[in-house]
Amino acid sequence: MKLTLRIWRQDGQNGSGRLVDYKMDDVSPDSSFLEMLDLLNEDLIESGDEPIAFDHDCREGICGMCSLTINGIPHGPERMTTACQLHMRHFSDGETITVEPWRAKPFPVLQDLVVDRSPMDAIQQAGGFISVRTGSAPDGNAIPISKEIADYAMDAAACIGCGACVAACKNASAMLFTAAKSSQLNSLPQGKAEKDRRVLSMVASMDEAGFGNCTNYGECQAVCPKGISLDFIAQMNREYAVASVKQIFGRA
Amino acid sequence: MILDSKIPDGPLEDKWQNHKFSNKLVNPANKRKFNVIVVGSGLAGGAAAASLGQLGFNVKCFCYQDSPRRAHSIAAQGGINASKNYQNDGDSVYRLFYDTIKGGDFRSREANVYRLAEVSGNIIDQCVAQGVPFAREYGGLLANRSFGGAQVSRTFYARGQTGQQLLLGAYSALNQQIAAGQVQMYNRHEMLDLVKVDGHAKGIITRNLVNGAIESWSADAVVLATGGYSTVFFLSTCAAGVNVTGAFRSYKKGAGFANPCYTQIHPTCIPQEGDHQSKLTLMSESLRNDGRVWVPKDPKVSEKLRKKEIRPRDVAEADRDYFLERKYPSFGNLAPRDISSRSAKEACDEGRGISGTGFGVYLDFEDAIGRLGQPAIAERYGNLFDMYQRISGESGYETPMMIYPAPHYTMGGLWVDYNLMSNIEGLFVLGEANFSDHGANRLGASALMQGLADGYFVAPYTVANYLAQVGAGVPDPDGPAFREAKAEVNDRTNKLLSIQGKRSARSIHIELGRIMWEYCGMSRTEEGLKKALALIPELRREFWSNVRVPGKGEQLNIELERAGRVADHLEFAELMCHDALNRDESCGGHFRAEHQTEEGEAVRDDENFSHVSVWESKGADTAPVKHKEELVYESVKMATRSYK
Repeated sequence: MKLTLRIWRQDGQNGSGRLVDYKMDDVSPDSSFLEMLDLLNEDLIESGDEPIAFDHDCREGICGMCSLTINGIPHGPERMTTACQLHMRHFSDGETITVEPWRAKPFPVLQDLVVDRSPMDAIQQAGGFISVRTGSAPDGNAIPISKEIADYAMDAAACIGCGACVAACKNASAMLFTAAKSSQLNSLPQGKAEKDRRVLSMVASMDEAGFGNCTNYGECQAVCPKGISLDFIAQMNREYAVASVKQIFGRA
Repeated sequence: MILDSKIPDGPLEDKWQNHKFSNKLVNPANKRKFNVIVVGSGLAGGAAAASLGQLGFNVKCFCYQDSPRRAHSIAAQGGINASKNYQNDGDSVYRLFYDTIKGGDFRSREANVYRLAEVSGNIIDQCVAQGVPFAREYGGLLANRSFGGAQVSRTFYARGQTGQQLLLGAYSALNQQIAAGQVQMYNRHEMLDLVKVDGHAKGIITRNLVNGAIESWSADAVVLATGGYSTVFFLSTCAAGVNVTGAFRSYKKGAGFANPCYTQIHPTCIPQEGDHQSKLTLMSESLRNDGRVWVPKDPKVSEKLRKKEIRPRDVAEADRDYFLERKYPSFGNLAPRDISSRSAKEACDEGRGISGTGFGVYLDFEDAIGRLGQPAIAERYGNLFDMYQRISGESGYETPMMIYPAPHYTMGGLWVDYNLMSNIEGLFVLGEANFSDHGANRLGASALMQGLADGYFVAPYTVANYLAQVGAGVPDPDGPAFREAKAEVNDRTNKLLSIQGKRSARSIHIELGRIMWEYCGMSRTEEGLKKALALIPELRREFWSNVRVPGKGEQLNIELERAGRVADHLEFAELMCHDALNRDESCGGHFRAEHQTEEGEAVRDDENFSHVSVWESKGADTAPVKHKEELVYESVKMATRSYK
C-alpha cells in the first residue's frame, strides 16, 4: 500500500506544533498501525531525522498506553479497537491519514503524539479503591455475589484507562472513565461501605483537573475500545445526587 | 559470591509460620523512619509498594510507563491458581506445591514453592475484597477453570482479562497509599543503575523519560520487580517496553543471575506473518480447555493447506493428527507449555505445519461448539476470539485458529534467598524478575499467583525483617557512591548519543532476536550455542560502533530509551547462551537436542545438574563465573515427568 501520513510533530511541551506530511510506499496491509509507524520511524532515523514519539506498550489492546487520534477519531475508524490492534487492511491504497495526539485541555502534549494523562491517575487516587489492608480479607466465598452483579462489575472494570473517551468529548469530560470505576466498586457488596465518599471524591477530583461536564453526546461510548456503556454515567449521576443530599445532612 | 538460601529449619509445612515468628519486627512508631524504593508497578511491585505503605514505611515507586496501571502484568489473560479446593476435586496446598515442582521439572526450591502454594488462597481473598470481579457461578460463588499441567480445577479468572483485573486491584491499593502520602509514585522514570553503599543496596539512578534528567534516589532498601527478559528474542509476547535493564544492571553490580537459560515458549500464540511484525500475540492457554490441537497426518495435505488449495474443514477426521491427545492421553491438550510447544515445533519440522510460513498448527473449536454451542464458547473466550479475528482477519468460530509457540515468560532471574533477597544485602527481587518458584518451566496461571504472593504476603514480612536488623539510615543521594553511579550512567548515555552511526537500535535488536531464536530458542545444541556465542559479541561491536540515536539526552527521546535497553540485551544474551551451553541436560523449557529420549522427551541429568546455576559478572568481554546452589528435595521424590 502507498500512503501519505500527516502527522503532528511538536518539540517538547512548550514547543509549537505542526502537521508534517510523510510518504510511505510499501506498507503491508497485515501490519498494525503502530508497526506502520515503526517502519516510518526506521526511515526517519536512517535519513538522519528524529523519529516520531508515540506512546505504546503491550500492543495487544489491554495496557491503554497507545493514544492516537487517527483521521479525527481516537484510536481510528474500527469500533472496539485500540490503535495498536488496528490493522492497515482497514485503509485504502493511496489514502492520506492524519495522526494527532489526544486533544484535551487536561492532557498537555509532551512531544509529538505523546500526552500527559496523569489527571486520570489522580481521579483513581481520590476514591477508585476499596480500603482493605493486605491480610485483612475474609474468605473469597464468604460473600456470595450474584453472577449478574459480578458480570456487571466486570463490564465496568474492563476500562483500560486510555483516555479516548476524554479525547472524543467536545467538553473533554472524563465521566465515562470515572463512572466505570465508581460503578464497578459501588455495585459490589465489598464497595458499598465507601459508596458515597467514593463518588463525591472522584467527581471532585475530576472537576479539579479541568475535565468538562457530560452533556450526553455519547461520543465517549462510541470510541471506547472496550465498549464501556453510558449506563455507568447514569449510575454515577444517581449516586452522586444521593451522596450530595446525604452530605448536606452530614451523612455521606 | 556467597549463596546462603536461608531456608528455615523444620518440616516443610511449618517453615513459613516459624520463619515469620522468628522475624524481627519494626515498632509501628518507627516504621515512618524507614524508606524503601520499589522499582516496577506490576503485580509484584504494585502489591509490595501498597502493602509496605500500609504498614507505615515510606515508599517510592518507579515505573517506565505513564501510569502504574500499565505494567505488563495487565496482559495476562487466563487466570490465577489457588489451592482453595472449592471444587472438592482433591486439591490441597500440597498438591499445588507438587504440581508446581513437577511442572518446573524438579529445578525449583522446595521451601519457596511450598510457601507459594500456602499463601495462594489468601491472594484470592485479598483480591475479592479489593473488588476484583472474578467469574462467578449462578449461586454467587467463585468459578474455576482448568489449566495446563494440573488435573484439578483451581484457576480463578475474570473473563480473559485476569491479569488486568488483578493488576487494577493492586493499582487501587497503591492509589490509596499514594493518596495517603505513604507512597510517592514516579511514572515515566526508568531505573538505569543500582547503587550500593558499604555492600548494601541503598538506592538507584533513574532517567526521567520526559525531560531526560538523570537523578539519584536513596533508601534503606531496594525492591526490584522489573519483570522478565523475553524481549531478548525481539519477537515475543511481551510489551514493547519490557526490558532486562533493571535486573542486568544489578547483576553488573554484583547480584547473581540464576538460570538465565530457563525461558518459556508459550504454545498458543498467533503465528508470525511478515517482517513488519513487532510482537507476537498470545492467546490464553485456557483455550486449550476446549480447543483441540491438530495438523494433517500427511505433509502433502499440509502443503495444500498452506497454498490455500483446500480449507482446514476439508481435511477428514481420519487424516488429522491430534498430536497432543495422541502423545499424552491423560493430559491431552492440557499438557504443560514446554511439552506442547515442542510438539508443535516437531510437527512443523516434519513439514506438517500450516499457515503461510509453515510454522503453525490448528487450534480447533469445532467439537466444543458442537457440544456446547457457540454462545457458551463466546461466553468463555469471546474476547480472545475477537482478538484473533482483529489480527488475522479470520473467525475462530468458523475455521480453526492457527497458533505457534512464541517466547513468553522467563523462569530465570536474579538469585534470591528464602527472604527474596539477592546476594546483595538489602536488594529484594520479586515476581518474574527473580528465579525461585518455577524451576525450568512455569505452569499456566502461576505467574499471577507468584507476583502477588511475593508482593502481598512475602516481601512485607521479609523486607521489614531486614530493616529491623540494619536500622534506619538513608544515605545522602549526593554521596560518593551515587555520584559515581550517576557519572557512569551519564557517560553511557553520552556514548550512545555520540556514535551517530548508520543503523537503528531496532534493526540490531531484530538481528539479535534472530540469533537467539535460532540458537537459544525452543531447541538448543552445543554447536548452535557456540555459534551464538561467537555472533553476539560481533553484533555488540557493531552496535557500539554503528548505532544511530538521534536527538539529545535532555528530552523525551524514544530512541535513546530503546538503545539503552538493546545495549543491555546484547550483553545479557551472551549470559543466556553461556548458561544454556553449560547446562548439558534437558529440563523443562531448556531443551538440549543432545539429551532426549527416542520419543523426543527431555532427559534430565540429576546427578550433575540438580542445582541452580548462579552467574557472577566479570565485565562485558570476560566470561561470567558460575556458582551453584544445590537443590535438596526433602519432601518430594525426583521423578521423570510424565504427562502420558
